[in-house]
Amino acid sequence: MTRRPGFLVYGLLTAFLLGSCAPLYWSFLVGSHSREVLTKRVPPLLPGGHFLDNAQRAIDAVPFWKAMGNSLLVSGTVATSVVFFSTLAGFAFAKLAFRGRTPLLVFVVATLAVPTQLGVIPLFIVMAKLGWVGSMWALIVPGMVTAFGVFFMRQYLVDAIPDELVEAARVDGCSLFRTFWSVAVPAARPAAGILWLFTFMATWTDFFWPLIVLPASNPTVQIALQQLQSGYYVDYSLVLAGATLATVPLLVLFVVTGRQMVAGIMQGAVKG
Amino acid sequence: MEAGSTAVKSVGDVGGPTSPTGPRPDSADVRRSAWRRRLSRLDTVVSPYVFVSPFFLLFLLVGMFPLGYTAWVSVHQWGLLSGQGEFSGLDNYRRVLEDRYFWNALRNTFSIFLLSSIPQVLIALGLAGLLDTQLRFRGFWRMSVLLPFVVAPAAVALIFGNVFGDRYGLVNEILQGIGLEPIRWHVDTLASHVAIASMVNWRWTGYNALIFLAAMQAVPRDVYESAALDGAGRVRQFVSITVPMIRPTVIFVGITSTIGGLQIFAEPRLFDTAGLGGSDRQYQTLTMYLWELGWRVRDLGMASAVAWLLFLIIVTFAVLNLLASRRAGSLKGLGRKGAAR
Repeated sequence: MTRRPGFLVYGLLTAFLLGSCAPLYWSFLVGSHSREVLTKRVPPLLPGGHFLDNAQRAIDAVPFWKAMGNSLLVSGTVATSVVFFSTLAGFAFAKLAFRGRTPLLVFVVATLAVPTQLGVIPLFIVMAKLGWVGSMWALIVPGMVTAFGVFFMRQYLVDAIPDELVEAARVDGCSLFRTFWSVAVPAARPAAGILWLFTFMATWTDFFWPLIVLPASNPTVQIALQQLQSGYYVDYSLVLAGATLATVPLLVLFVVTGRQMVAGIMQGAVKG
Repeated sequence: MEAGSTAVKSVGDVGGPTSPTGPRPDSADVRRSAWRRRLSRLDTVVSPYVFVSPFFLLFLLVGMFPLGYTAWVSVHQWGLLSGQGEFSGLDNYRRVLEDRYFWNALRNTFSIFLLSSIPQVLIALGLAGLLDTQLRFRGFWRMSVLLPFVVAPAAVALIFGNVFGDRYGLVNEILQGIGLEPIRWHVDTLASHVAIASMVNWRWTGYNALIFLAAMQAVPRDVYESAALDGAGRVRQFVSITVPMIRPTVIFVGITSTIGGLQIFAEPRLFDTAGLGGSDRQYQTLTMYLWELGWRVRDLGMASAVAWLLFLIIVTFAVLNLLASRRAGSLKGLGRKGAAR
């Protein structure tokens, strides 16, 4: 059956694309002009030459590089940890027989709907007791494995690993962990990559919890962005130069891995 | 982890070459292989639990325990700095329910949520319909709708806070350019909700469109063919075949965005500099209200009461979610597939 799209379809998609780009372009535009230009009646349509100046001012105004380092460290560690533990548990749920497997898996799925964000107050009290408030431990440890990750890897591994392969490894005398390492891990690679990406993104963009546990002197990127706009007078050239700069790493990630992200969402790598 | 990794060393390392058909079984070998068998037995029984335990331990620690403990904190006087005080029964709940800012935040949350979820789902459906055609450069178009998703909510909020600026904002400049009155986006309640909802819509519409697209591609193509034979046009097919057939996915997206939408924080928090939801809290959401009580007023008891109330609201929706997906059959056969060892 032919469902060849006409100009209307391409036109609408193009309009949508422009709408997607417009706020980013606007951010860069404002970030590349000096303040004076922006108070004119008609806003400029082309970038000015002050982006680097403004970006430098933003970098000086907040602990920018420290924030970048923190965000990279936290997001990278959390994503790697989530992938490891989720693959391990997903493998067990998909391919190993043990008493209570089904109820435990149903429990995992049920916790998907639990808004754990609302446990912030006790979590904060616990972190304070542990002396982790203000440190990256407070961000890393609570995120080390997720219900979504476990379920996602389980769904993938159920079909990705033939049961015979697991049997064969067992007959050869492999321990379960060894079986996991040499059978499940290679098979899990595509899904693991997608899970890593989405976990990295979610951790990188998180705002609520870092705002609660981190001090101004040791922020993540999102918290640094918030600091840029504090004060009564907002210098938008500086703020949006900072916002643009902070978006660049994710844009790069998107250009490199966008295809996998699309595939991941369409396969059900979804978590609102 | 411990049991798992020791098991690897003892069984994995020697297991391969010395299989049951190994040469010359002397008594030491027999003893060792009995030992090995017992280890392997233990491995089979225990390791699966070890593999799944990190999730359960962590969930207990940072999910279950905090939610329970929130209830405990909520029935005490509890200062951010002073810590646990007197048992106060339901007093915190009473104070929350008597606070007009609680009801204000509840109203705002639902208003922003409705303004973001309904247009978002409708536009995402249309967009998915556009993508579900034989496009040239299909990969490019799919990627293009995902672009906003990679911009962090904090950055989105800063950008939109400027675009919707009351004075030099882009939207108001355009409105004035075409001879309309500027809108006070940061002052008027409904206007501020529209501005904040537009941030959510901008970031999530394309993402949801891809989920819908995946569902649409599972619709058998011959259904369309027979509809086309019956003379149904493209739009008619979309409305009366595609959308009904992906209804479970629509419900799924609707309810997951409810769970997220009711906890909205970064966008309204960063919409202005003060971060309290406007001069009269006209766009303060429940999560912001919780944050203000806990970390501004420093009353963790009252903040916990809010957390619990919000939790109950969200769980109500989550139960609906479960019922909907049960009916949609997405949980069917869970755990029944793949039972090797």
